[in-house]
Amino acid sequence: MSYRRVRAICVKELHHITRDSRSLAMALAVPVLMLLLFGFALSLDVDRIPTMIYDQSQTAESRALVRQFQGSRFFEIREMVSDYASIERNIDRSRILMGVAIPLDYAKKLAAGREAQVQILLDGSDSNTASIALGYAESLVRSYSLELRTAALNHRAGERLAPPVDARLRVWYNSSLESKNYVVPGLIAVILQIIAALLTSLTIAREWEMGTMEQILSTPLRPAEMVLGKMFAYFAVGLTDATIAVLVGVFVFEVPFRGSLPLLAVSTCVFLFGALFWGIFISAATRTQVAAYQLGILSSFLPAFLLSGFIYSIENMPWVIQAITHIIPARYVVTILKGIFLKGVGLSVLWPELGFLALFALIVFLLATRKLNQKLG
Amino acid sequence: MNSVEIQDIVKTFGSFVAVDHVSLAVAKGEIFGFLGPNGAGKSTTIRVLCGLLTPTSGRASVNGFDVARQPEEIRRTIGYMSQKFSLYDDLTVEENIDFFTGIYGVPREKRAERKRYVLEMANLTERRNALTRTLSGGWKQRLALGCAILHDPPVLFLDEPTSGVDPLARGAFWALIHDLSETGHTIFVSTHYMDEAEYCHRLALMYRGKVIALGTPAELKAGLTAHSLLNLDSSDPLDTMRALEGLAGVLDVAVFGGGLHVTVDDVDATSARVRQRLAAQGIKVRKLEQIEPSMEDVFVALIEAEERKAA
Ligand SMILES: Nc1ncnc2c1ncn2[C@@H]1O[C@H](COP(=O)(O)OP(=O)(O)OP(=O)(O)O)[C@@H](O)[C@H]1O
Ligand SMILES: [Mg+2]
Repeated sequence: MSYRRVRAICVKELHHITRDSRSLAMALAVPVLMLLLFGFALSLDVDRIPTMIYDQSQTAESRALVRQFQGSRFFEIREMVSDYASIERNIDRSRILMGVAIPLDYAKKLAAGREAQVQILLDGSDSNTASIALGYAESLVRSYSLELRTAALNHRAGERLAPPVDARLRVWYNSSLESKNYVVPGLIAVILQIIAALLTSLTIAREWEMGTMEQILSTPLRPAEMVLGKMFAYFAVGLTDATIAVLVGVFVFEVPFRGSLPLLAVSTCVFLFGALFWGIFISAATRTQVAAYQLGILSSFLPAFLLSGFIYSIENMPWVIQAITHIIPARYVVTILKGIFLKGVGLSVLWPELGFLALFALIVFLLATRKLNQKLG
Repeated sequence: MNSVEIQDIVKTFGSFVAVDHVSLAVAKGEIFGFLGPNGAGKSTTIRVLCGLLTPTSGRASVNGFDVARQPEEIRRTIGYMSQKFSLYDDLTVEENIDFFTGIYGVPREKRAERKRYVLEMANLTERRNALTRTLSGGWKQRLALGCAILHDPPVLFLDEPTSGVDPLARGAFWALIHDLSETGHTIFVSTHYMDEAEYCHRLALMYRGKVIALGTPAELKAGLTAHSLLNLDSSDPLDTMRALEGLAGVLDVAVFGGGLHVTVDDVDATSARVRQRLAAQGIKVRKLEQIEPSMEDVFVALIEAEERKAA
């Protein structure tokens, strides 16, 4: 391995990058645009859930429960109805997301100090939103009924007891329940993954198409030197992107940053190495720019978006898919970034993820080198 | 020691034989010309010698290093100009030179001197900051040659370095090749242009993967002297060809430029018969004279002989 040859490749590659100002502008602007676009669009904040209530009980207790719903910022009561059919019809037409049916014996059960159940009907077509809405509704109903039951018990006992259980909802790490805090760190990871693969996916295929590869292969340059030199040139672009993305996350989306900046820097670098090597590997394997570009997008975008746990939680996936996610680097970066941003955890917690990213980078580097080692035919 | 030695090299792509049992040797300091029509296997042979392709069978060595077993050593001691122009278009002249200086590992103390030499040789000193894309064909080829000799390799492989370059620039390019040969560099050069063959010390003619002739330009021409060549300029070359078919004493008729080259065994007797036959068919003969065979005549004759053998 010769430092001089690595540097020659890197300098040459930087000339390509700076001379093609349009591509460079794209490479720097696209991540920010993606972050803004997806950051706002994907903010999964579920509030003002359109809701209808069917109150069969028509008692003071049930009306008090309805007031609880009305008072919550998570629900917007569109209408009080008097049959199930209206709720079903409106869910079918997507005019509401949730229906609440309060049973006839609601007050009676509460008075008896028993669990009083409320029926919740949900539009399950968006399972994420549905499960979040269900969570809100459940916690609202449970804490309210608990309150009433405690009061009832107190009443019977003739004295004021402290409530047996304090079921107040407490959300860790993301205390204001704002999903942007949750989405943006993951989004940064996904965007970097895609950009890194796109940046490098053309670089070797272009040399094959231009015929410059044949010339280079006739020189003492070694494949490993070529892969490293190219990687470092695009690393400069990738790191700039990462810095911009983090700044946008912290200052535009106001995502709290609780962890260590050096750890963030190191993890981002290790991750970028792997993602850039991946693009180079694809480029070396396909040898044509069109194929490299398409494969680059496909192989970075899809896993990063779907299998990283950034939007779709991994625990809800079938076990085969869950197993696959273990080899997706984006999964580990998403964990690392969320950990550093939201939980402020350090290396003592995140070292397995960081270790995997380093291993991934090394393996892909070796793969890319081997692909380049092959001769003309 | 020979700079290049090839023994019975075969290179196949699938079932297609691109190089078919080729053997030859090139001495140090020689300008060795590699000629042949499209698809003859010239580039494939050169790629094998540069260690870019592994030969299917046979052995070859360059600078004493075996192409199959010591590609690293070979890459340090050769310069290669591939058939397709292969410098970076979006880099300046100087950036291209600096890049190749870096990957050839030219020692620090020699870098400035090599760069100056190459810029002067290619006559690009004034245009060192121009984007390579803006150079004309001749300049580009000289720059490509310059980049291939930055590390002063003893052997140079040039694959059709002058294709698509105007004749004046071609002349300048060949002057450079001669200078390099005089300073002890071995040059292995392929070309389509028959006039360039005359500039080479020795030639190989390749046809369908085989070397069908090998020797100095004079030797190859001498091989043809059993026959004589007539240059025939007539009012209608195509009719003339038809008319001369099967005429006693006419061995071969080939289109050459606007006229015909007729190979004959006996100049005087056959010339008379040709005039007679053409007059009988009403074809006017503007010129009929004996000429020295050119390299192209030699190769046309050799290839036709090869085809007759195959048929
Ligand atoms: N990688 C390859 N795979 C398959 N066939 C190939 C490959 N490289 C060359 N060939 C075939 O081998 C034959 C010889 O090709 P080669 O490039 O050596 O010819 P050439 O003499 O250099 O021709 P030209 O004057 O057109 O450059 C051609 O028919 C070509 O199609
Ligand atoms: Mg060729």
